[in-house]
Amino acid sequence: MRNISAAAVTDAVARLCVRANTRLPDDVAAALAACRRTEPWPLARETLGLLQDNLALAETQDLPICQDTGMACVFVELGQEVHIQGSFEEAVHQGVRQGYGDGFLRKSIVGDPLRRINTEDNTPAAITVRIVPGDQCTITVAPKGFGSENMSRLAMLKPADGVEGVKQFVVETVRLAGPNPCPPIVLGIGIGGSFDKVAALAKHALLRPLDEANPDPFYAALEDELLERINALGIGPQGFGGRTTCLGLAIETAPTHVAGLPVAVNVSCHVTRRATEVL
Amino acid sequence: MQYKLTTPVTREDLAPLRAGDTVLLSGTVYTARDAAHKRMMELLNAGEQLPFPVEGSALYYVGPTPERPGAVIGSAGPTTSGRMDAYSPRLLELGQAVMIGKGARNQAVKDAVVRSGAVYLAALGGAGALMAASVKELEIICWEDLGCEAVRRLEVRDMPLTVILDPHGGDLYQSGPAAYLEAQQGQEGVGAARPR
Repeated sequence: MRNISAAAVTDAVARLCVRANTRLPDDVAAALAACRRTEPWPLARETLGLLQDNLALAETQDLPICQDTGMACVFVELGQEVHIQGSFEEAVHQGVRQGYGDGFLRKSIVGDPLRRINTEDNTPAAITVRIVPGDQCTITVAPKGFGSENMSRLAMLKPADGVEGVKQFVVETVRLAGPNPCPPIVLGIGIGGSFDKVAALAKHALLRPLDEANPDPFYAALEDELLERINALGIGPQGFGGRTTCLGLAIETAPTHVAGLPVAVNVSCHVTRRATEVL
Repeated sequence: MQYKLTTPVTREDLAPLRAGDTVLLSGTVYTARDAAHKRMMELLNAGEQLPFPVEGSALYYVGPTPERPGAVIGSAGPTTSGRMDAYSPRLLELGQAVMIGKGARNQAVKDAVVRSGAVYLAALGGAGALMAASVKELEIICWEDLGCEAVRRLEVRDMPLTVILDPHGGDLYQSGPAAYLEAQQGQEGVGAARPR
């Protein structure tokens, strides 16, 4: 048994909220740079260059990369030998409160979906906890903007729709989104599970670094094919036209029911943010 | 083609603009997004005045991050404009001339742009630090209770924008991808390889 104080969780979450919003993960920045090098369309190349300028400005001016500093999606891998001293969930919310306040981040959360009063501190966080072996607590904060979130889609396909049905649904989702999610986009794709599980898979897939392929060669090949098809749509950076519509995508799968083929596409943007600390 | 414009703008200023042109915009720009638009409609329905002079005005769909002490503004990129589609035609009819945001607009807005000789310009989505650099002054003029959605008066200098919808029916979100795809026709390997 190892004790971790709630205050340590709060401090980590607060730091991660600020870091995630001001510094793009290396793999996403590298993907942006790689796409700029290979982009054949001059306007698209220029636009990708401006997005890189924005990253540099955010760093030197100490500004969030994007003004939509998002809903604080917090993923926790909690070792089963860890004992949290204090309320774990309240510690995470407090970290978000602190990070978004001290970090001059935008408060974008309304406390009720229909009555829509802003909570003024960006809480509550959207917390996902997984119990894992060991005595460590790994916390990832992945702030999620809603320009892209709103373009996400879920379908309960028929088993007969098969892999072609999945491909069509993914590509159609990107086509329908067009310029709205601030392309070049990043996609998290969930396949299988149940109605709720498939959406969670898609969201979790956004945590995988873009330079890592699916460990299963079958799905790695599907990821490559989907990326190629999406980047043949012509939408391009910001929807102005060009090859670079998507920087990268990740598929996560789960066992599902004999009668079903759930698929979910969580759309993210070129500011796909995540930051991790291990306690 | 690049144009330099200063607000308030006239229909004559906007007439040469074509989808795909770039604009460096200076002068006063007002911010408004979902909640502010809803309140503006309530004012108009009650027969009251809008909180800013609407003729020739530019509205930027943005909810900036809080400014640090000593800074003019926080991060300030555009929000998705389509959520303002329900409100924009009425404002364009009243004289609003420039909409600034990102993302597709519906047919009613496109028709209103042509009818009123207005333009819809794109700011760089997700580039909040870059867009903030052109903002020189900021003042909240009403509805402070809306937080990041309060209406702000911005003074901007050479704000870099791209013409999406022009007064002649042009739409860069259609013509841009179409031009790229046409240029690629017959060529192989259109899709980008995974950067790994």
